[in-house]
This record gives sequence, structure tokens and C-alpha cells, in this order.
Amino acid sequence: MMMSNLHPAFILFVGAFLPLVFKGKARNWVMLAVALVTFGVTVSLPFGDSLSASWMGFELDLLRVDALSRTFAIIFTLSLVAAYIYAMYLDEAVPYIASSIYVGSALGAVFAGDLISLYMFWEIMAVSSTFLILIRRRKGSARSASRYVLIHLMGGLILLAGVLMTCVTTGTTAFDAAIMDPRTPASWLILVGILINAAAPPLSAWLSDSYPEATVFGGIILSAYTTKTAVYTLLRGFPGWEILIVVGCVMAIYGIIYALLENDMRRILAYSIINQVGFMVCAAGIGTEMAINGAVAHAFCHIIYKALLWMSAGAVLYRTGTEKCTELGGLYKSMPTTMVLGTIGALAISSVPGTSGFTSKTMILVAAADQHLFWPWMILEIASAGVFLHAGIKFPYFVFFDKDRGLRPKRALPSMTLGMGLLAFLCLFLGVYPKPLYDLLPYQQMFLDGFSVFHAEKLVTQFQMLLFSGLVFFMFLPLLKRTATISLDTDWIYRKVVYRSMVSLARVLNGTNARAYALFAQKLPHVLFHFFNHGPSRLVVFVLTPFWQIQGLDWQEIAYRQRLMYRRASLGIYPVGLAAIFVAIFFGLLYLT
Amino acid sequence: MNAKKEHRKREWDWFDKPKNRHLLRILLWSACGISVVLEFFVDRHPHFQIDSFHGSFALIGFVSCAAFILIAKFLGIFLKAPEDYYDDE
Repeated sequence: MMMSNLHPAFILFVGAFLPLVFKGKARNWVMLAVALVTFGVTVSLPFGDSLSASWMGFELDLLRVDALSRTFAIIFTLSLVAAYIYAMYLDEAVPYIASSIYVGSALGAVFAGDLISLYMFWEIMAVSSTFLILIRRRKGSARSASRYVLIHLMGGLILLAGVLMTCVTTGTTAFDAAIMDPRTPASWLILVGILINAAAPPLSAWLSDSYPEATVFGGIILSAYTTKTAVYTLLRGFPGWEILIVVGCVMAIYGIIYALLENDMRRILAYSIINQVGFMVCAAGIGTEMAINGAVAHAFCHIIYKALLWMSAGAVLYRTGTEKCTELGGLYKSMPTTMVLGTIGALAISSVPGTSGFTSKTMILVAAADQHLFWPWMILEIASAGVFLHAGIKFPYFVFFDKDRGLRPKRALPSMTLGMGLLAFLCLFLGVYPKPLYDLLPYQQMFLDGFSVFHAEKLVTQFQMLLFSGLVFFMFLPLLKRTATISLDTDWIYRKVVYRSMVSLARVLNGTNARAYALFAQKLPHVLFHFFNHGPSRLVVFVLTPFWQIQGLDWQEIAYRQRLMYRRASLGIYPVGLAAIFVAIFFGLLYLT
Repeated sequence: MNAKKEHRKREWDWFDKPKNRHLLRILLWSACGISVVLEFFVDRHPHFQIDSFHGSFALIGFVSCAAFILIAKFLGIFLKAPEDYYDDE
């Protein structure tokens, strides 16, 4: 294997064994080195398909490198580097093993040029990421993890069905927009499988259910890969599918409403992932060069600021032990650095000019406007205002400001601050100088034509919209007062309705079972035994007693004869019965002779 | 005890002071005003009718956020549940 076709996922899969070899601080450093090497290899990958394999008669194209896949891989590995810097405090092997397999398989899925290897990496992602939730070792986390893996295995099966149908009908395993374009039932199945991973409603509740149940480190890792791998596959296989515009718009609005209802700070961030992925899914649906560029750029920037937000929330959780807004507040006094860095993430997600969100999201909005798609454009603009409301202000306000609840935690660990600092720097850097990011995008012509987001008009209108959104937040503050509640999402259906109907079904079936057992296995043999044991003698006594009475026997004699009958019956020595046995023996002997 | 008290005194509590909060509020209102005024000085190229008038983005921001809050408040009646809601699983 030459350096040019060294698969980055391979490094992470090998690296997944190292936490077992190294202990303590050495483990932290070794894993950071693994992440850095993977990042370096990814950045230097040349374009082209350079690694193929044959497996069970299928041709696997494991390393399809082009601007689209490489840009996703670069941000995947860069964000892993930041996460491993942040996680220098970790003293466990499992999070490292799970995260490097998870990120490795995400890289595998992004570089997969065929459906078979895409599916395989897809499933490895689902299973390895489950451990990032399980390692919190809480009852709620274990249950959430089992729901998480079940949903993903279901999505994986739908994907597999589509993959197999495509392979059989088209005779090729290749995965690109041309193969998916005929819009056969097979491509629709693949699309549904992908949309489940993209957290598209109604099957989106797995995200807000499970991510906040993960550990501090687990949440940071999880926030980046599953949904963005799904975005990549949509961009690769389904650009221009109009249904995605609708799905994306629904996701953008849905995420905001739920984020406004939530009290758990990491659940607020989980819902804002759905909201942000909505922008990217919508852009995939628009499908123009500008839209695809916008989606890639937005995924890139989103992973950075979202990881930063999860890191700052993670630092707060690590130090205070709670993630409920009703118990947090006033933390700017004791965790000022975390507050500043978290707020940079919050401004970036709101696409405030000067941050990375502005340089990427604007492309999607311009793409929608250029296509004269009024409603998608309108909804995305509305959603942009809403993002500022729920993630831009609500998250920092209720965690770091609002009422001082007397919490005086220590500052975030130095490694945490360093990890956050790196990402905060990138948020600001790409916000004022987006060229390095733009250079990575698949379609370069629009930049040669002089595309730029830094227009006076765009800057002013964006500030206008955000400032008035902020004004609404503070005007309506009493209505936004946090309550110690959870919000019911579509997981209610399988956590309550299905669960309850299963419980009642179990009750009905188990009840029937128990009754049938009591009747047929316990009572009936007893009754039958009684009947066959005592029935004949009772019958004989019942028939003979009137004859005895007619014969004029006195009651003592009758009672004696009755007892005699019962005794004979219990011993099986009826005269008739004995005679019958002798007859049978006699006939038997006759037959033998 | 004394050291602790002194530590608390030195704590940065700028955002807790009503005077400063009031100042921030004034700043926010005036920033909103400035952003609307600035629009006079830029060339607008509206794509649709709704963003063609002056201050249209201010209106979009204000109305949509107010609507989000009210809708969320309303849906909260049905969707909010006590924290132990799923504990009987």
C-alpha cells in the first residue's frame, strides 16, 4: 500500500487498538497523534479512485477521492483532532476505541464509491457510536442507547434493501447521482435509510433522545458524524430531488420549535443539529452548484461551531454535574472563558457576519433565491432568525447569564479550553477569510465569477434580521421562562404507545396462557381422573340401589353393598371387569395358538 | 472566612448590575435602529416582493421570532411533560 492510497479510515481502525496498549497520559497523547496523522493523510490525498477490492463477487471502490468526499473527510478529521485535544482528561480506553472506530467508519462511508462498502461502514458507525452513549453508565443512557441502535439498525436494513435492489436491477454496485436518478423504489429505499440518519422527522427523535444521554466527550463526537455523513450521501446521490427541499424546511422549523421548548442545554443543541441539517438537506434538494457548495461549506462550518457548542456545554456539565437550564445560570462569573468561547459558537451558528456560519449559510439562501424558490427561501430566512433565538441567545443566556443560582464551579480544564479555543478560532477565521474553505468546494466557477458574501446589502440585512430577533427574545423573556420539564417528541410513540400496547398485549396473552394452563394442565386431568375412577361405581350404585330397595333389603344391607361396590371399584375387581379380563386372555391364547 | 468574602467581592458581576443591564438594553434598541437607518445607504437587489421594502428583514426577524415563541408556548401545553414521565419504562 503506497502513501497515496493509504485509507485514512485504516489509520483510525488500527489506532483503535492503541488505547489497549497505552495507559494514562500516554494514551491521550498517542490518540491525539493518531488523529493528527489521519488529518494529515486526509489533507494530502490525491483525487481519484485508488483503492479497490473484490469481496464476494462485488467490486468495492473504497477510496473515491474528489472535492466533495475530501472536504467532508478533512472536517471529520479536523474535528476529531479538536475533540482529542479537548479530551486529554479522559482516563478510559472505551471512549477512544469507540470514537476512532466511529470516525474511521464515517471516513469509510464518505470515501466509499460503491453501495456495498457504504452500507458496511454505515452499520459499523451505528454500532460503534452506540458505545459513546452506553459509557455514561446510567440507566437512562443504557435504554436510550438501545433505542438508538434499534432505530439505526432499522434504517440500515431499509438501506440494505435498497442497495441490494439497486445492485440486482442495475447490475452495478456504484453509488452516484446517475445510478439513483431513475427514482426507482430501490433509490427511494436508499433515500429513506439515509434520511433516518439525517434525523429527518418523523424518525428524528433518536438524535435528541440519545445524544444528550452520552458522556461529555461522547456528545461532542456524536454531534458531528452521523448526520453529516447522511448529508454527504444526499449530496452525492440525491442532488435535485425536490422532496428534500420540503424535508429540509420541515427539519429547520421543527428543530427550532423543540429547542425553544427544551430545558436541557444539550437537548437544545441536539435540536439545533436537526435545524442546521435541515438547511443542508434543503440545499441538496435545490441541487444547483451554488446550493451544493453551500451545503458542503455549511456542513464544514457547522461541524466546527456545533462541536464548539457541545464542548462548552460539556465543560459546564463536567464542572457542575447538571445540564438543566433551570439549575444553571450566572456561570459567566466562574467560567468566563467557556462563556466567551461558547458564545462565539452561538454567534457562528446564528450566522452573525464575521463568523463562519455567515460565510456558509448565505450561499444556501442565495441559491434558493437565485432559483426563485420563494417558500424554501422564506422558510430558511425565518429559520435563520429562529436559530439566533434558540441557539444564539437562549443557550448562552440561560447557561451563562440569567439568574445566578449560586453555582461556583471551577473553570474548564486547560485541555478543554484549548480544544474550544482552536474551534473558536476557526469560526472567526473562516468568518472573515473564507477563501481556504471555498477552495475546497466542489464547484469553483462561481468564485471565479466573483461570488462573495461580503456585500453591504447582505451584511446590513443580516444584522437587521438578527438584531430584531434578539429584541424579540428580550421582549418576550417572561414567555421563555424555563420549566423543569421534558418535551415529548415522536419517540413518545415507541416509548409510550408501543410500550404500553406491548404491556397490555403481554397481559392479555400471558393471562390467557395462565388460565389455559390452570384449566387444561391442572384442573382437567384431576376432573377426568375423578370421573374415570369413581364414575363407573357411582353409576352402578345409582342404577342398583332402586333394585335393592325393591328386593326389600334394609338400609344397612344397602349401605354395605354400596360400600362393597365402591371398594371393588377402587381395587378394580368388579366381577364384570375380571370376567372381561379372562375373556381377553382366553381370546389372546386362542389367537396365539 | 475573610479571604472568602474578599474573593466574592472581587468576582466579576458586571452583568448582574441593573444599571449595566439597562445600558445593554439601550444598546440593543439603538443597534436595531442603526441597522434600519443603515439600509438607506446600501443598494438593495430584492429577489422577491416580501424583501423589497425598507426594513423588510427587520420585520421578518421580528415577526417570525415572535411567532416562534408563541407557537412554542402554545405547543408546550401539549408537548411538555414532567421530568419523570418516562420513568415507568
